[in-house]
Amino acid sequence: MSDIVLDLDFVLGHYNYWMFVILMMTGLYVTVSRGNLIKKIVGLNLFQTSVFMLYISMGKVIGGTAPILLDDPDTVYSNPLPHVLILTAIVVGIATTALALALVVRIRETYGTVEEDDILKLEHEMDFGTQAHDGGRH
Amino acid sequence: MPGLIEANLPALQVVLPLVAAPICAMLGKGSRAWAFATLVAFLAFAISISLFIATYGGQVISYEMGGWAPPLGIEYRIDVLNAFVLMIVSGMAALVLPYAHRSVAAEIPAERQPFFYTAFLLCLTGLLGVAITGDAFNVFVFLEISSLSTYALVASGSWRNKRALTAAYNYLIMGTVGATFFVIGIGMIYMITGTLNMADLATRIIEHGDSRTLRMGFVFIFIGVGLKLAMFPLHLWLPNAYTFAPTAVTAFVAATATKVAVYVLLRFMFTVFGFDYEFQAETLKNVLLPVALVAMFAASLVAIFQDDLKRMLAYSSIAQIGYMLLGLAFLTHTGLMATIVHLFNHAVTKGALFMVAGCFILSAGTSSISSLRGIGRDMPWTTAAFVAGGMSLIGLPLTVGFISKWYLVQAALELGWWPVALLIMASSLLAIVYVWRVVEAAYLKPAPEGVTRREAPLSMLIPAWILVGLSIWFGVSATLTTTAASRAADVLIGSSQMLWEE
Amino acid sequence: MTDANALLLALSIPTVTMFLIAMSGSRPNIRDGISIVASICTFAVVLRLLESVMAGARPSVTLVEVMPGLTINFSIEPLGMLFATVASGLWIVTAIYSIGYMRGAQEKKQTRFYICFALAIASALAIAFSGNLFTLFIFYEVLTISTYPLVAHKETPEARAGARVYLGILMTTSILFLLVAVIWTWNLAGTMEFRAGGILEGNIDPAYVPFLLALFAFGIGKAALMPFHRWLPAAMVAPTPVSALLHAVAVVKAGVFTMLKVGTYIFGVGFLSKTGASEWLVWVAGASILIASIIALTKDDLKARLAYSTVSQLSYITLGVALANQMGVIGGSMHIAMHAMGKITLFMCAGAIYVAAHKTKVSELDGLGPKMPVTFICFTIASLSIIGLPPFGGAWSKWYLLLAAANAGQVVMIVVLMLSSLLNVAYLLAIPGRAFFAPPKKQVAHSLGAAASPSDGIEEAPLFCLVPICLTAIGCIVLFFAVGGLYEYLLSIPILPEAAP
Repeated sequence: MSDIVLDLDFVLGHYNYWMFVILMMTGLYVTVSRGNLIKKIVGLNLFQTSVFMLYISMGKVIGGTAPILLDDPDTVYSNPLPHVLILTAIVVGIATTALALALVVRIRETYGTVEEDDILKLEHEMDFGTQAHDGGRH
Repeated sequence: MPGLIEANLPALQVVLPLVAAPICAMLGKGSRAWAFATLVAFLAFAISISLFIATYGGQVISYEMGGWAPPLGIEYRIDVLNAFVLMIVSGMAALVLPYAHRSVAAEIPAERQPFFYTAFLLCLTGLLGVAITGDAFNVFVFLEISSLSTYALVASGSWRNKRALTAAYNYLIMGTVGATFFVIGIGMIYMITGTLNMADLATRIIEHGDSRTLRMGFVFIFIGVGLKLAMFPLHLWLPNAYTFAPTAVTAFVAATATKVAVYVLLRFMFTVFGFDYEFQAETLKNVLLPVALVAMFAASLVAIFQDDLKRMLAYSSIAQIGYMLLGLAFLTHTGLMATIVHLFNHAVTKGALFMVAGCFILSAGTSSISSLRGIGRDMPWTTAAFVAGGMSLIGLPLTVGFISKWYLVQAALELGWWPVALLIMASSLLAIVYVWRVVEAAYLKPAPEGVTRREAPLSMLIPAWILVGLSIWFGVSATLTTTAASRAADVLIGSSQMLWEE
Repeated sequence: MTDANALLLALSIPTVTMFLIAMSGSRPNIRDGISIVASICTFAVVLRLLESVMAGARPSVTLVEVMPGLTINFSIEPLGMLFATVASGLWIVTAIYSIGYMRGAQEKKQTRFYICFALAIASALAIAFSGNLFTLFIFYEVLTISTYPLVAHKETPEARAGARVYLGILMTTSILFLLVAVIWTWNLAGTMEFRAGGILEGNIDPAYVPFLLALFAFGIGKAALMPFHRWLPAAMVAPTPVSALLHAVAVVKAGVFTMLKVGTYIFGVGFLSKTGASEWLVWVAGASILIASIIALTKDDLKARLAYSTVSQLSYITLGVALANQMGVIGGSMHIAMHAMGKITLFMCAGAIYVAAHKTKVSELDGLGPKMPVTFICFTIASLSIIGLPPFGGAWSKWYLLLAAANAGQVVMIVVLMLSSLLNVAYLLAIPGRAFFAPPKKQVAHSLGAAASPSDGIEEAPLFCLVPICLTAIGCIVLFFAVGGLYEYLLSIPILPEAAP
């Protein structure tokens, strides 16, 4: 039975993971549910940022300091490797965002809208002609 | 000097296209960028052939990037499996680029072409990097290099059809979600092992034993890679991306990108997590097996009802990925062999078929099947290439598709999984239907009045026919590919078992 | 020339012919000449091989190793030699006939036709010579593909639909059942070689034998065992030479030949009769014989009637395998030759009637006999041979099959064979009967496409068509008298496993 009792220490002790989970879920939800192409990108960014948080927080060693080598052998350092990894991941994220925004600009130029629903309508018309659409749902 | 080059071949394999890419952008209009990119692709192909020869006997090449010893430094670790994939990727690039000259000229404005070839080389870099590296995080970085450039390449189809833009956008969203899942998974296994080197990971995962975090890591990686390789039902980005991308891109990406993703899956599942990781075995049997079977049927059925040739082939790709995943799900030596040999076989077949589709688009201006009526008379060589490629897709004897199917069924029968063996065969019957629709239209229906269609130029026909020739050659004499696949399967099974015993 | 070289030569002549025909497509006379010369050369080489095989030689050539342990290998044994002789011999006849027919009927795309024809013959020979199951399967599929364009030759919607059924059934059965059976055999036995006495005994749980046999029996769709026989009537949309050679000789005989091969060299006759695994197949084959004959009775279209007759006759051979004794194998093999000779004559007659009179239905043939006497006399001879009356070849194969049924204690099958002969009389002899003895119908404004040629202007088909018909009809009679040698020869088919060296 004791398994089911809410272990507050456990919950609070892992608060960084909770933040990660909440951010990740929010980001994913925004990406999936929004019809606006820009908002999707915002969601995607949120989603990626959550992962950065995960990595950075797991590199933290309690009582550790920034990993800049000092002469003192007793100094405790945080693990620098995840931070370096995330530096790379951030670069990848920026590149993705930039490319996505560039695509949105082009989509706006060609379709005249950044709303997914409108774009789908236009594409539907391209496939089946205007009439088919007019006879459709209203 | 030759010694120096030889010692650094693994690095050159990736660095060469990487450095060449920006140079390409600076070469200006005209054919220079194309010629340069082609040259680089051929060099990369030569490098991967020499790597393949060096590892064919079962040797492993370990290369320390920048002289930093693994597990801290990044290690390039090449065994026969990597080398096999490297050869597929660079070989396809070396064939697609000569083809691209005319095809791209027709689909992309001249002033943009240097950038196109830049993106192409970056994509090549990424794919080669994924295949060669022995570092888990490095896989992610290269995966994103290849994906980002692929998004751009797909979007460059917008001069022909503006829907390429939305296709690229959707691909980007889903691809990025997949990549991020993948990083989360790597983060989880890093959390419990503290290392990113694959070989090292394998040892430490065994020391650590099974845990919930490990399982979560596995699931995230599985889903993330699943998105990248268009595992049913995570395949939604693929049909549009393949349909609206410039044909040269489709031919290259269809033949390589998903194959590399399958490689990543193989590598992580068997080298990193270990061949007899129980949770994985369960996942494979309960999740991957049904998913693969459904993919084989659902995607083939959808393919039957497509009017656009490229879209039809795209759905067929999803079905074929189902075959590869099925081989994996058997979790036996023969099953893995089937998967690995199908990596090559499908790359060759699908590459050829998409090239043929490009020839049709160039001459007839469309890839709609209904407008290809009677084209067998106007474009005999192109259409014949389609028939040969289609037979391989179906899996008829004397083509590579048959070899794959043979091992797949053999794997199923070895396990005594009767229904699965029959389902594999039944799904290839669906392939007959969608291939034969095109054959019938091309040969047995009268051409529309007043339409003139000229045979495709040689620069496009020859690469397509080389691929067709390969698909027949390795269908008649498959000893090389099957031996390589068998050894690669040994590597995947053997290495991990050895580690588990320690 | 060594035997092995002769073997390769026999296979390569038709293959090379394909390219020669393709190159000479613009000059019809040269093109047609090439196919006749090639067919004669092939037959000569095959005869040369036959001589060596009768002397006891067993040439064998391995071309290439496809996958580790799986080779494309050609080895000749008596059964395959028989099939090769029949197929290549009748190719000559058909080559001559098809020139008359194709020109007479003014068919289009004749070059494509002759190319596919040569490829089909090449693959039929490859099937005959195949030294293992793997090779046999490969060329079995090549034969299917190469005959598809022939069936769809006319390019009309009906031709397309017929060809679709043809390809659909043959592909479905071969991929779904046959390939699985082949791979299963490979998994069980670790070899695919055709070996005297079979390779499965001791490698398979006897309880599974009937299932494996079922996969083979239904997987070999070309044997047209019911219910997978629909492709054969569907293929009748093809030009008649195709129906004649391919759907009376090469394709269907490739099917039953495969059955015989699998029965004798994969399962082993002894193993089959010991386990009783083929018991069910006896009944299915028997049912197939009778049902197909009855359907044939109801068909008014001449070619469709002949097609169902073929379905029925093919099941004789399947029955021979299923009876699982030496007489069955001999009767079955003999029936390959006898039925081929008879049925090709019938089909060529049907073609001649179409070319000369543009008639395709049995009910339109009244009174045609006196105008085309040669055609109809040959038709009668061939019918009698198929029915199994002396002095025509078909009598012998039926006799040995009856013996086989008696040896196996299958009294019901004896009755079935007898009944089937009666049915044959009804549906085959009725045709020349009407042609000779029924009074010609008064011409009532026929809406047939043939209305252009009034019936009083009908005369014999062109000489190119008639000569082959006469040759094969005489062949039916010759076979009756030559049976002694044939029987001796067929006795050399190894039934029992060779004693270990």
